Amino acid sequence: MRRYIDFYLASMKISILEQIQYSVANYFYMIGMVTEPVIYLVVWTTIAKQQGGMAGGYTAGAFAAYYIIWTLVRNMNIVFTPYGWEWRIREGRLSMELMRPIHPIHGDVAFFAGWKFVVILLWLPIAAILSWIFKPTFEISWMEVIVFFLAIWGAYLIRTMLLSLLGMITFWTTRVSAIFELYFGLELILSGRLVPMTLMPAWVQNLSNFLPFKWTFFFPIEALVGNMTNAQLWSGIGMQVLWIAFGILILNFIWNFAIKQYSAVGG
Amino acid sequence: MNPIKLALTYLRIGVLNEMQYRINFFIQLLQSFISVATGLIGLSLVFGQVTTLAGWSRSELLAVMGVHLLMGGVIRSLIQPNMERLMDDVRNGTLDFALTKPADAQTLVSVREFRFWQLVDVIVGIVIISLAFYELKGTLGFLQLLGFLAALIMGGVMLYCVWLMVTSISFWVIRVQEISNLFEGLYAAGRWPVGIYPDWLRTGLTFLVPVAFAVTVPAEALTNRLSGTSLLFALGMTVLFVFLARGLWLLGLSNYSGASS
Repeated sequence: MRRYIDFYLASMKISILEQIQYSVANYFYMIGMVTEPVIYLVVWTTIAKQQGGMAGGYTAGAFAAYYIIWTLVRNMNIVFTPYGWEWRIREGRLSMELMRPIHPIHGDVAFFAGWKFVVILLWLPIAAILSWIFKPTFEISWMEVIVFFLAIWGAYLIRTMLLSLLGMITFWTTRVSAIFELYFGLELILSGRLVPMTLMPAWVQNLSNFLPFKWTFFFPIEALVGNMTNAQLWSGIGMQVLWIAFGILILNFIWNFAIKQYSAVGG
Repeated sequence: MNPIKLALTYLRIGVLNEMQYRINFFIQLLQSFISVATGLIGLSLVFGQVTTLAGWSRSELLAVMGVHLLMGGVIRSLIQPNMERLMDDVRNGTLDFALTKPADAQTLVSVREFRFWQLVDVIVGIVIISLAFYELKGTLGFLQLLGFLAALIMGGVMLYCVWLMVTSISFWVIRVQEISNLFEGLYAAGRWPVGIYPDWLRTGLTFLVPVAFAVTVPAEALTNRLSGTSLLFALGMTVLFVFLARGLWLLGLSNYSGASS
């Protein structure tokens, strides 16, 4: 256990120091990313205004709050991509990582977790500017803040599991981009990334209850900006823990098969 | 060397290259369908709430989506691959190989790459536009078609110019990959007519990254909103962008120090 904690702390420190050097590049990346929620926000604000202030139970200010918090949650959701897995397997990079006495996923989790601290720091001014432009309305309790803080890390771990599983498809085939894009399309609709889930038709909402996606986007955002009861907040965290545990189980199971397939395609 | 002949030669090589990977056609087709499906879901969510968005009906916005897809296909098949190769060449110093050839360097770096299968998006875009047109029960007059094509070509030229200007920055700053990321993000804004955006953003989308001219104006031509003056304005902007891009390219090139430095 001690060994793991040391490894995590050291990797996170390295990634923080590394990413701070590239703060300009990080900013360009973040501004490019911010355009996506701004587009959604403008569209839904226009609709709310056309309908006399509300659309699907959200006011313009509530939409602003949703999509501004969205930007932080989206940043937390950046993990080692399946395209990275493709590269790592195709180029044979994985061989080196397999030599280490620790599972390669730990390296990914630790590196991106460290990066998050830089990201949160850089996000603050962006959030301030967006708030100044779009005037969000917030009603936040302490309990919501605590749950939100836990939920964004839960979201990070769930998405790490999901995208690692997706990336591991590369062990069997190297033509994966279409599968990845299909996944991202489904995630867009079923996670609350496109619109708050409550705006979706009832059957989509029902479907999303059985899938992990909404616990990575909709739940963390709503935990902070919505009006959930304490019971709802903590049962949401419970669901996240369940999905993380389930993810670890599946990941280990698939990994045992996958690694036997590994032959470093282009190495 | 005749630049058109040069471009056509590279185009042919590009097609021959891509023909080796025919399965990519189906992969590209699947990806186009995914983006059309998510676009349609977005539209249906919006029009579950309202009947018009900032004065545009569902079918009209379908036309905007078609133009956006079409232009996106042009960018990803013709413009972006060339510009990304140029960035790599500047960084690695391999631009030397292009500069020593007896042709205009700007022409050469703009035609070297061609992603044939990305043109699937162009075809899917045309299908979507036709569908929108069918829903609108509109008749496409000759002048209207001419206006649409002119707007489309001018928009494409302007986007190329912006890409070239952004890429020329790589003569001074090394890490520009994130800038192309930024550009992709901004291009996504063209999914909706620029009229819905707040003033500051609309200005940016018109003059900095001319998504307005590339997508909204052609879509306006299709939906009978385009006036002759805005077409003339687009022409003026195109000329301006071409000169600016050429100037910045030449300035950047004089700053290039090659592989051996």
